[in-house]
Amino acid sequence: MSETLTGAQMTVRLLERQGIRIVTGYPGGAILPIYDALGQSTVIRHVLARHEQGAGFIAQGMARVSGLPAVCLASSGPGATNLLTAIADAKLDSIPLVAITGQVPRAMIGTDAFQEVDTYGLTIPITKHNFLVTSAEELLEVIPRAFQIAASGRPGPVLIDIPKDVQTQAIEISHWPEPGGALPAPATITELTEQAAALINSAARPLLYLGGGVIHSGASAAAVELAEKSSLPTVMTLMALGAMPVDHPLSMGMLGMHGARYTNLALDECDLLIAIGARFDDRATGKVAQFCPNAKIIHIDIDPAELDKIKTAFIGIQSDVQDALNKLLPAVKQNSRKNWVDRIQTLKNQFPMQLPDADNPRSHFGLIRTVAACLDDSAIITTDVGQHQMWVAQAYPLRRPRQWLTSGGLGTMGFGVPAAIGAAIAEPERTVVCFTGDGSILMNIQELVTAAEENVNVKIILMNNASLGLVHQQQTLFYGERLFASQFKAMPDFIKIAQGCGIQAIDLDQASNPCATLMEAISRQGPCLIHASIDATQKVYPMVPPGAANRDMIGA
Amino acid sequence: MNAINRQEEQAIARSIIEIDVNNHPGVMSHVVGLFSRRTYNVEGILCLPVGQSGLSRIWLLVNEDQRLPQMIKQVEKLEDVITIRRHNADHTVFRDLGHFFQSS
Repeated sequence: MSETLTGAQMTVRLLERQGIRIVTGYPGGAILPIYDALGQSTVIRHVLARHEQGAGFIAQGMARVSGLPAVCLASSGPGATNLLTAIADAKLDSIPLVAITGQVPRAMIGTDAFQEVDTYGLTIPITKHNFLVTSAEELLEVIPRAFQIAASGRPGPVLIDIPKDVQTQAIEISHWPEPGGALPAPATITELTEQAAALINSAARPLLYLGGGVIHSGASAAAVELAEKSSLPTVMTLMALGAMPVDHPLSMGMLGMHGARYTNLALDECDLLIAIGARFDDRATGKVAQFCPNAKIIHIDIDPAELDKIKTAFIGIQSDVQDALNKLLPAVKQNSRKNWVDRIQTLKNQFPMQLPDADNPRSHFGLIRTVAACLDDSAIITTDVGQHQMWVAQAYPLRRPRQWLTSGGLGTMGFGVPAAIGAAIAEPERTVVCFTGDGSILMNIQELVTAAEENVNVKIILMNNASLGLVHQQQTLFYGERLFASQFKAMPDFIKIAQGCGIQAIDLDQASNPCATLMEAISRQGPCLIHASIDATQKVYPMVPPGAANRDMIGA
Repeated sequence: MNAINRQEEQAIARSIIEIDVNNHPGVMSHVVGLFSRRTYNVEGILCLPVGQSGLSRIWLLVNEDQRLPQMIKQVEKLEDVITIRRHNADHTVFRDLGHFFQSS
């Protein structure tokens, strides 16, 4: 039986058929036909953000906790430009996102019409792929394909720009396409995994280097199994935290710019680096020429363009990480590597991660540890970007894949609050904690209203030093202590802002027993802002100075 | 302004790249965007449809550069790119076009 539907109705129906149950966005003139059709859907719930960038990050929060493509909507012109940062962020962290934007009617494209911008052109370099739809008919092909592209291989954002007259164009439909899903990855070449296994078996000082691809592939358990079978000390990138529990005996935590000193020193000594789903980012490697100078490299990544990009691999394997690990595991021999594991332990004892003042809940590390003590591993942790982000990466006991949502590649201030809202909407049974700073939170402060409206179970820990901490730190260390534009002279009253937005707020500075106050605030259902002042002179240590080799760390 | 960078000035050789793509609007932007973001000049472009196949073939003339292998991998990842091949500068495709490009 055929039916006559508009492009807008088709869009909504195709989203329903994709299994989409929640979308987020912000309406405007050029996307009103889709909003009108969305309002008639009995299947899809719409979460209204308060800024399109907020919508983009709410969708990212949903995608990051589920691993499935999430959808955000915006109108043309400023609606689309406001989405760009969230899309670029998704590109750099390989997050599956489908962004749908309204566009001016086809006949007006190119005339500088009201709220017209070249959304297609703007999003070419920040999407995995993008579409400008030119007929209602095309939607039947484009929408499933957008989901397929977003989810297949290395995930990423896809944008669909739909002119208003395509949304209102009615056509007869007798047959619906299958929903688009991830295509199976090409099979791993067994000879390569066999060579890799032989190399691992014969190595004296191998290290495992896990990246975000391990999380995306759902391969954390297999990666830990490999580490255990062959006794491989393991480092993780910022994006991979949680892949191996941080208190696992083989875990050396995060590597690179703010990793522990022993971790970076161990990398200097390794003779084999097994990089899995990692891309040798400059924050991880430091000066590339001096990164793992004595090591052969096995590099496993689903994206062939990552192999040999920064470091030439001795064995490069283009493969889904889970599939490669499945083939690698039986070929890797049980090995206790007593000498090497002992050596790592010696380095760890000599140059441990130092978390000074971790028992004092009024210090930055103490606050993070106290929050962790109030929660179990089911909690989701999001961060904004800055000193607080690195301290949480260093000190929070992350133990579960998809427990940790942070803007790694793009490093977007303003990520934390909307991503936390998205995470809480996608998994309402969990407690979501967002660590943020006084700089970052202001970049998407309007989403506190969304948090109130949705009554999400999000606890925002605002670590307030009245400064842009990382800028302050770099100016202090590398710019002759010339502090400029990094200290806020006027500070808003964050407690009043939160209350004014309709969410609860407490000030730990005023609490006589901060641990008890924190526990009470975290256990209470619903959104809450928890304000805590911290010391602006504290640094993120240890630190690899920009451009230096990882062994040349300063501080702690 | 995107000046031609030193690496390119010092290039002694040129490469010719042949790319089969889906023939629809925007594909050229996707391909050349990978060059422009690196301020990597494209010296020559030729593009025509391939028969009635729905495909087009893009020929690019570029200066030899160590970044080229990585860029070719990135071009290969584009959804609308079917195949990409690299040729030496002695390829004939641009050779007989000289008379269209004389200053008047």
